[in-house]
Amino acid sequence: MTTLLTLAVLVLVAIAIWQMTKIFELSQLKTDVSEIATDKDNKYNGYLLFAFLIFIYGITIFSFYNYGKALLPEAASEHGGQYDKLMLVSMAIIFFVQTITQALLHYFGFKYRGEKGKRALFYADNDRLEFIWTIIPVIVLAGLILWGLYSWTNIMDVNDEDDPLVVELYAQQFNWTARYAGADNTLGNANVRMIDIDKANVLGLDESDTYAHDDVIVKELHLPVGRKVNFKMRSQDVLHSAYMPHFRAQMNCVPGMITEFSFTPIYTTEEMRQNPDVAEKVKRTNKLRAEKAAESGETIDPWEFDYVLLCNKICGKSHYNMQMKIIVETEEEFNEWMASQQTFKNTVMASAQ
Amino acid sequence: MSLATAHAQVDDHSHDDHGHHHKETFVTKYIFSQDHKMISKQYLITGLIMGVIGIAMSLLFRMQLAWPGESNAIFGALLGKWAPDGVMDADVYLALVTIHGTLMVFFVLTQGLSGTFSNLLIPLQIGARDMASGFMNMVSYWMFFVSSVIMIISLFVEAGPAAAGWTVYPPLSALPMAQPGSGMGMTLWLVSMAIFIASSLLGSLNYITTVINLRTKGMSMTRLPLTIWAFFVTAIIGVVSFPVLLSAALLLIMDRSFGTSFFLSDIFIQGEVLHYQGGSPVLYEHLFWFLGHPEVYIVILPAMGIVSEVMAVNARKPIFGYRAMIASILAIAFLSTIVWGHHMFVSGMNPFLGSVFTFTTLLIAIPSAVKAFNWITTLWKGNLQMNPGMLFSIGMVSTFITGGLTGIILGDSTLDINVHDTYFVVAHFHLVMGISALYGMFAGIYHWFPKMFHGRMMNKNLGYVHFWITAIGSYGIFFPMHFVGMAGVPRRYYENTAFPMFDELTDVQVLMTVFAIITAGAQLFFAFNFIRSIFYGKKGGQNPWKATTLEWTTPEEHIHGNWPGAIPEVHRWAYDYSKVDENNEYIIPEQDYIQQHTPLFDGEEELQH
Repeated sequence: MTTLLTLAVLVLVAIAIWQMTKIFELSQLKTDVSEIATDKDNKYNGYLLFAFLIFIYGITIFSFYNYGKALLPEAASEHGGQYDKLMLVSMAIIFFVQTITQALLHYFGFKYRGEKGKRALFYADNDRLEFIWTIIPVIVLAGLILWGLYSWTNIMDVNDEDDPLVVELYAQQFNWTARYAGADNTLGNANVRMIDIDKANVLGLDESDTYAHDDVIVKELHLPVGRKVNFKMRSQDVLHSAYMPHFRAQMNCVPGMITEFSFTPIYTTEEMRQNPDVAEKVKRTNKLRAEKAAESGETIDPWEFDYVLLCNKICGKSHYNMQMKIIVETEEEFNEWMASQQTFKNTVMASAQ
Repeated sequence: MSLATAHAQVDDHSHDDHGHHHKETFVTKYIFSQDHKMISKQYLITGLIMGVIGIAMSLLFRMQLAWPGESNAIFGALLGKWAPDGVMDADVYLALVTIHGTLMVFFVLTQGLSGTFSNLLIPLQIGARDMASGFMNMVSYWMFFVSSVIMIISLFVEAGPAAAGWTVYPPLSALPMAQPGSGMGMTLWLVSMAIFIASSLLGSLNYITTVINLRTKGMSMTRLPLTIWAFFVTAIIGVVSFPVLLSAALLLIMDRSFGTSFFLSDIFIQGEVLHYQGGSPVLYEHLFWFLGHPEVYIVILPAMGIVSEVMAVNARKPIFGYRAMIASILAIAFLSTIVWGHHMFVSGMNPFLGSVFTFTTLLIAIPSAVKAFNWITTLWKGNLQMNPGMLFSIGMVSTFITGGLTGIILGDSTLDINVHDTYFVVAHFHLVMGISALYGMFAGIYHWFPKMFHGRMMNKNLGYVHFWITAIGSYGIFFPMHFVGMAGVPRRYYENTAFPMFDELTDVQVLMTVFAIITAGAQLFFAFNFIRSIFYGKKGGQNPWKATTLEWTTPEEHIHGNWPGAIPEVHRWAYDYSKVDENNEYIIPEQDYIQQHTPLFDGEEELQH
């Protein structure tokens, strides 16, 4: 792959140099020529415009062929399917318009390149044409807007129907913490003013709030498959953004307020690893990692697919490595895991006494 | 209107040797000049220098992205203690990204572009002796200069320059404990920007006043070249939105230095709780983007105006749909002030607001589409003269379409969820406003260079080399970047090695970086050509491009007051290219254009365009 890239670059550089020498050659022939384009300039640049159209198509195909497979796999959340469909349709429209308009632009540049004695058409206006290309975008965009707004309203409607699991995502420079609401499924009150590092009450839970007693604080996010999760986001210092790309989910974490997002995971981590696209990606990646390890002599562990939560709002020095692993598992596995966790009362409050 | 007429009449009587009264010293001519042509050159050169710095910074962080964590002698040499053993520090990476954005958006593409061409072209194309207030114009430039100097100084402070991203969202930008760049560096950033805003406002008020009051006789609003329309509307957007950024900057200064809590609340950092209570970072985001979004149109509208003009001249055709072009500029300007929320879909803002902003944002695609189609139709059946300015204009339409189309994805609140703040956004705005606006700027420089530098022209062959390498390189950098974003890679990551899922995208980073280096290298052709042509450029005559507009009726040598005699009176619109009479012959035999000050001929029909 790297060789291919190097080759591509070398070819481009060669073309550039060839162009330059040619152009300099041309300028040497007639040194008294003015700085205004001649018929010859028009011709060469006309052809180059056409070649450039092919270049645009070429880089599009090249990118799809080489990088298309690196894109995110199928969405792992219920609303994600809807998201992907809307994305696909929007992309199809975009590429259709892109292909046509670039073709017209560059082809006209090529076709109508100037020549001495040629006459341009004095064509200042055409109401019908302008009406057509105003009304077509209006109709297409109206469709996209309506569809987009319908999905948006559904996705952003965080409600308590279907017995959602309530989880707090807590952000700080530069790590994530998750807090489960426990048996009562209600998060206890918390505020940065109640943080007590000595007692390890790092999330600032209110000890006098009984809802807080059964809260479970963890560093790895476990989610049961098929159950809606309502996330409540908090940040203690600067802006962060909880970005879960595989679930098509993102929401900023803002100091001083609680933000919300909700989704239902539909594939367990195990199922996602079986997904052919994911399996292929893991294979390719591990090949790369092995090559790199061989090259540098370091040991680089092979990668196993896991869902991740990334920070996606610039938050300081280690912004690039602020992550948390997400594990989606079956209801039983989740319950088993949950049963093995300590509640706030048993850890922080107990140690304080 | 009566003012303009009165002004024109006064000029009629007192024109004889206008401009020869004043003794000009070196200082009044080249430094504290009040002449719009000199001020425009000052803007251009300051803007270009800031551009060189901004682009150099982008190369540094692009190299870091392509070869993460590797030692590089260039880093060691340029970054000194911020690159121990030649390995770039993560804080300085963020600083580079931040200052690159700030320099390019504000210093190059706002004042460098608008300041240069509004100053040069408004008086020349509307037929005025100078700006409404030459003094205010001078003050505007020198404030811009001071703000540039402060911004550059901020690069050299102990803890480093501002590093919170060019949007400087608090609390990151407000708390020195959150990152080193939020200390002195951020203070200087805010001071620099406050002065910059004042400069921009003085400039804009001047442009608006001049266009409204000082048009020559016969120059009705519907006879103005589209450049002037674009500059005029740009100035209005600036006046409407920049003050809001000033208030955001001032409130942020208050929060940082005087203990207020406009944007801060409930913060626990480095082991202690801060006293701030009741503010909201989301409020800052609203204030910032109330400017920030119109800002991108402040950047792109002048480029659109320049492209419309340069394209019509070189196509030897009138711009297609002149009135639709004006209407779309106005529509874009209006809509631009009510779409800011699309930067904040996932900020925690009420989702209902997100719906409203999706609606307004996607509406803006309509006037943009109209403009693109009108440009394409302007090329149709033209007699295209492929001067460098023309190539950059065509290139601008191409990148504007490519970059603009992905706006349909980002402007849709639903689709924004997963591409928000990823490389997809970076690719989108670099193509649609960065590269496109730069192309507009280059088109303007190649086209009006003779007007700035006494009739000298830039070398066309170097111009072609510059254009073609830049055109290929820009797509090479930013087209593959969309894929990186769709793979979920967040922007402003120092390196992507912490996530194995991004491993296979390192190749793309290398490709983009190589293209970036080549493209930046191509700008050296431009720099060389620019400097050489100032002194040795060939003269092309008074009207080298055979254009209709008034600036080409002024003498090659600059004189104070622009026209040695009376200001020409305008009798027609700016786009009478290749106009024919009923016998299908050019109106003026053997000449495919009619200048604006040429009276209508007998039997010639003025088009109700």
